[in-house]
Amino acid sequence: MTQARSLIDENGKRTDGRTENQLREIKITVGVIKNADGSAFIEFGMNKILAAVYGPREVHPKHMALPDRCVLRCRYHMTPFSTDTRKNPAPSRREVEISKVMREALEPALMLEDYPRTAIDVYVEVLQADGGSRCAGITAASVALADAGINMRDIVAACAAGKINGKIVMDINDTEDKEGDADMPVAYMPHLEQVTLLQLDGILNDEQFSQCLDEAIKGCKMVYEIQRKALMQEYFGDETEMKEEQ
Amino acid sequence: MSLSKRSTIIVEHLRRQQMWDGLSKGKRLDGRNLDELRPIEIETGLIKKANGSARVKLGNSEVVAGVKVETGEPFEGLEDKGALILSAEVLPTASPYVEPGPPDEETVELARVVDRGIRESEMLDLSKLVLVTGEIVYVIFVDCSVINSDGNLFDATSYAAVAALINSKLPVFEIHDGKVADTGEKQETPITTLPVSITAIRIGDSILLDSNAEEEACMNARITMTSNSNSDFAAVQKGSTGTFTLEQLKRIAASAKTKGEEVRNKFKELIESGQ
Repeated sequence: MTQARSLIDENGKRTDGRTENQLREIKITVGVIKNADGSAFIEFGMNKILAAVYGPREVHPKHMALPDRCVLRCRYHMTPFSTDTRKNPAPSRREVEISKVMREALEPALMLEDYPRTAIDVYVEVLQADGGSRCAGITAASVALADAGINMRDIVAACAAGKINGKIVMDINDTEDKEGDADMPVAYMPHLEQVTLLQLDGILNDEQFSQCLDEAIKGCKMVYEIQRKALMQEYFGDETEMKEEQ
Repeated sequence: MSLSKRSTIIVEHLRRQQMWDGLSKGKRLDGRNLDELRPIEIETGLIKKANGSARVKLGNSEVVAGVKVETGEPFEGLEDKGALILSAEVLPTASPYVEPGPPDEETVELARVVDRGIRESEMLDLSKLVLVTGEIVYVIFVDCSVINSDGNLFDATSYAAVAALINSKLPVFEIHDGKVADTGEKQETPITTLPVSITAIRIGDSILLDSNAEEEACMNARITMTSNSNSDFAAVQKGSTGTFTLEQLKRIAASAKTKGEEVRNKFKELIESGQ
């Protein structure tokens, strides 16, 4: 949280050349894991994250099964080579917490009551981390769930906003997260207009809080368009894409 | 990947109906208004072997926190800062639903959210707790034990941790011949701000502050907001599988500020009375 250097230059450009309300480059590929019921690979800036969905399937251990709905289980995990210094492969407290908030961010979108006595397992593996990996992970997991054909109320899109050099900006990267003033990851269902994940690290006053929340939701809506395009591409091919653009 | 069992207490259908009926009129089953906190009792200095300690009762939720100070290596990337390590556990005494064993997901989240509030608000000036930059720094352990659980453990634990830090006097360490020595003297803890955590839950369309266990069993979503002495927000965590609208979030942010100030006055009283 120390401000060692300016994160926005005199032309209003950020360390990676972006403007204040610009996302990093995002690319989503659907159906990348053959064995999984649904999967997606997301490249969110330098983040490279794989999401795989298995289920609805029988619950093991059996006593975890619920009579009236499906159990959603999530695991967020970072590979040892995903960070600058090697990460111990055992789950850290941070990963346990992210797994939990991720599950809670995805669950409102799923019609779990349609699959009683079953489980859906969502595995999110971070292959390369670059700040905002939970948002990228949720975004990919949501696409993977759709790819698995799970009944859904909406797609969950996630994006962070934050404060660097006193300015509210969209989609914080690794450097900005480490050296900036605040980071606020948000997950949002664009059609239902509901916030499913909200966290904040760092100091924001009243006005900045509202502004930051608005900016993150704006980012989520942009991420949603990319999710939608990726799914269209997978299921309807290039033609629809072109038709849509016309 | 465990799904937690602590929140599985069962509220009978009739009781639940009663709760909903009350909420629609702005009243809760224990007679409180929606935005009313339970009485807060703070006792400090009860553990003599700790550098600082506090016992906080928030209604029937009760947490004991102790501060222990040692020296050690700084965290990577934070070579010029003392280390702050906060842990929280829910003891098997806390409720019939808690079993001994490694912390479950809910408890890990509890510790991390409380830690985040204190760390991000920069309650302690950690740059004052360095002996040799990059090599030896003060390590402040804040360990919190929930001894009775009746909802809103986030706020109860946070208040206990903050009160224990206010209560603590740090040892003065010096380096002699490359070794750390305790001079036997004490120094004030470098406190810069007083973080206050306020947790709200949503049941249907009602927003309740400081929920008890029964209310939490019926909640749709939860959110914890921590503000500092300037009433700026330092940390936020939404929890549970429900959602909030933008309008609800902004409303909760406003009440987190006003209610946070009420709790902060209690901390200020502690400081003024020299506890």
